[in-house]
Amino acid sequence: MSGRYDQQGLPGPAPEERQRPRGRRNAQGIRIDPEAEAEHPPRRTVISALVEHEPGVLARVSGLFSRRQFNIESLTVADTQNDDWARITVVVEEPDPGIDQVEKQLAKVVPVIHVRELEADALARELVVVKVDADRPEEVHAITEMYGGKTLDAGPRTVTVELTGDEQKIDDAIDAFRQFGIREIARTGQTALARGETKTAVVPDHLK
Amino acid sequence: MTDHGAVPEFDDAEHPAEPTPDADAPSPEPEAGDEDRDPEPDTGTDEATERASTGADAVVAALSTAGVETVFGVQGGAIMPVYDALYDADDVSHVTMAHEQGAAHAADAYGAVTGDPGVCMATSGPGATNLVTGIADADMDSEPVVALTGQVPSDLVGNDAFQETDTVGVTTPITKSNTFASSADEVGDDVSTAFALANDGRQGPTLVDLPKDVTTTETTVDPSEPVVPDTVSVQERADDDAVEGAADAVAGADRPVILAGGGVVKGGATDELRAFAREHEIPVATTMPGIGAFPEDHDLALEMAGMHGTGYANMATTMTDCLLAVGTRFDDRLTGGVDSFAPDATVVHVDIDPAEISKNVEADHPLVGDASTVLDQLAAAMDASPDTDEWVGQCADWKTEYPMDYAVPAADSDEGDGAPDASAFPDDEPVKPQFVVEAVDAATDDDTVVTTGVGQHQMWACQYWTYTEPRTWVSSHGLGAMGYGLPSAIGARVAADDDQSVVCFDGDGSFLMTCQELVVAARENLDVTVFVLNNEAIGMVKQWQDAFFDGRRMASEYPWVPEFDALAEAFGADGFRIESYDDVPDTVEAALATDGPAVVDVYIDPTEEVYPMVPSGGDNGQFALSEGHL
Ligand SMILES: Cc1ncc(C[n+]2csc(CCOP(=O)(O)OP(=O)(O)O)c2C)c(N)n1
Repeated sequence: MSGRYDQQGLPGPAPEERQRPRGRRNAQGIRIDPEAEAEHPPRRTVISALVEHEPGVLARVSGLFSRRQFNIESLTVADTQNDDWARITVVVEEPDPGIDQVEKQLAKVVPVIHVRELEADALARELVVVKVDADRPEEVHAITEMYGGKTLDAGPRTVTVELTGDEQKIDDAIDAFRQFGIREIARTGQTALARGETKTAVVPDHLK
Repeated sequence: MTDHGAVPEFDDAEHPAEPTPDADAPSPEPEAGDEDRDPEPDTGTDEATERASTGADAVVAALSTAGVETVFGVQGGAIMPVYDALYDADDVSHVTMAHEQGAAHAADAYGAVTGDPGVCMATSGPGATNLVTGIADADMDSEPVVALTGQVPSDLVGNDAFQETDTVGVTTPITKSNTFASSADEVGDDVSTAFALANDGRQGPTLVDLPKDVTTTETTVDPSEPVVPDTVSVQERADDDAVEGAADAVAGADRPVILAGGGVVKGGATDELRAFAREHEIPVATTMPGIGAFPEDHDLALEMAGMHGTGYANMATTMTDCLLAVGTRFDDRLTGGVDSFAPDATVVHVDIDPAEISKNVEADHPLVGDASTVLDQLAAAMDASPDTDEWVGQCADWKTEYPMDYAVPAADSDEGDGAPDASAFPDDEPVKPQFVVEAVDAATDDDTVVTTGVGQHQMWACQYWTYTEPRTWVSSHGLGAMGYGLPSAIGARVAADDDQSVVCFDGDGSFLMTCQELVVAARENLDVTVFVLNNEAIGMVKQWQDAFFDGRRMASEYPWVPEFDALAEAFGADGFRIESYDDVPDTVEAALATDGPAVVDVYIDPTEEVYPMVPSGGDNGQFALSEGHL
């Protein structure tokens, strides 16, 4: 306390009279060269999590993604070789610090056993079911063959086919089917394993 | 509190010898008939001891195993079996709160003061939803809390049964972990695990939802000691190479600053941090939850940084070339806009939660681990001290340039420091709130626990009280929940040592959100002193309206507030009032001397505002000292 009797506020030099730092940070809190202003562009990648197979774990994980505004393209969950575990595969599109956050926040969810980002050479596959108009059945068949797909149902008005492949192939196939008039599409989203000897998830010994 | 061992006076009233079957049923609510489908409790017999062990007993046994002494809660249909089991628990006492929000805040404050999980308990549906604010608060502030909620019987779950709410769903985003208890044999361990998780690593709230069939089913399984699930592991020690790199960065810095966050207090790293700062002569700023980590009366203390932090803390954290940040999550109220936060600094970030590293501010030297362990590692790795003479001098200059001197009315004399002299001020001037904070600080010991509501009063309580000890500042930091003050004072009172004082600075708006908890303080004769810094407004909102909304004071001024001293008396507490400077010394002394709850209605200068201020997302170094700077 002092003997100041003026009305409001505190004494001291005004903002424009103060020392200023030289640098800056970007929106991700990274120090940057103010001239260059480097922002990290978003990157698309596959994150794989091995989790305990228990009720609510999917809700926890998907809730985490929406709450933290992580940009996810797809999310799949299913059983593994061990009945007690499930594998969650998420395709995210985030700048690098965001991808790091996805991994770290997922790792904090109690039933999560292991999380990692898969390498670019990981074996990632997706299944799509496409229903198109049956006006040109032979051509539909030919395109299906070309993409290594299978016809599931061929009726007088619609043909429904199934295809699997990596994301790019599925995107291309869907483009090719557009000419027939696509009625409906259902995609599973990607599921993936690391290639060869590389482990998709490392399970600590005490959990094996 | 209800301690069945001690048989308090209220025992008879609480436990009628012959319970009538309806005594505990929820009052005439529609469809209430349905909820008690389970077998009627055996009320006819006196031989309660013959009762078989149930899931509820396992829950209570888990509380005892975890060393719980006190539970804060409110009764109700679905949680009744657990309360019934508590009836026989001699080692666990219960404080009956007026509202479940109060129970959660009390448990949170209990956790903040003791470092051990506070426990709150509520029934299903509205009981559980009323806990939500308090659980969210604990989550934001990493306070250890275990919440136990009743739930409708499992076979009714999903049917929109009476008082059914998806409590696990509602609380998933605001708990560290939560569980729906699925069987009587496992429920004891569910509760034990909840304790372990609330305490482990970065602390936080956990919840166990207890369906009524699970708590009433017989079981012979005793809960085990609290252990975290196998999937959870916490890194205590930081990587040695990373520590070396960080030590070099600190030792080579010209303008180092330590930023002490709540993790320093929670991690019990206050001694290590103080020793490190003194040894290497590094100025220390704190975050709001970090208040108490470093004595504010020390030469190296810069006090709180951030939106309403001191000018010197904000200058130093802006100009630093090496920020040693310990146990902080770089909240936006601390950083302002991250583009201008410590932009020249190499950041060394110590945190037990790896997800905090580079979340908001990139860490050049991430040190994941327990704050005290890592600070020891860092101390050992320091080959030299940075040369900080000039920098410490610069910080001292800033302290002189930006003093926290609020404007006071013309005084007859203004002598020295120490206790402010009230008699020097004119009687007809409204009292400055800062003066009251300083007066209470001067009249109490250093270990006094201060709790607050949220608003201007909270900021004055940060700024004008000189904190020297950890776990003496208890507030709603991250959530900013008005209404936190009184229930947290109750929790703090139960937790604190008998010779420690507990005071609460509240705003009139905040107090009105939870003032019903006065009944608890009166009933339990809890010695807390509440100073309502009454400006007849939700002052912080009014200040923002004046600064950013052209003074259009929509819904921020109260045309009528109760007389808080009279209100206190009605609840059974002692009421006092301060209207002028003259009243301050004697009234503060009398209120503090009251053995039991006291409320002081302090008529403060309603025009007083909080400065310094950095507007949301602003540049900390450009803090405003008055409205003209905004
Ligand atoms: C539960 C809740 N509702 C609304 C707010 C928004 N808010 C922040 S500060 C404030 C004013 C608080 O008024 P009061 O308790 O009287 O304290 P003062 O600022 O006047 O000291 C309000 C409404 C909040 N923080 N918490």
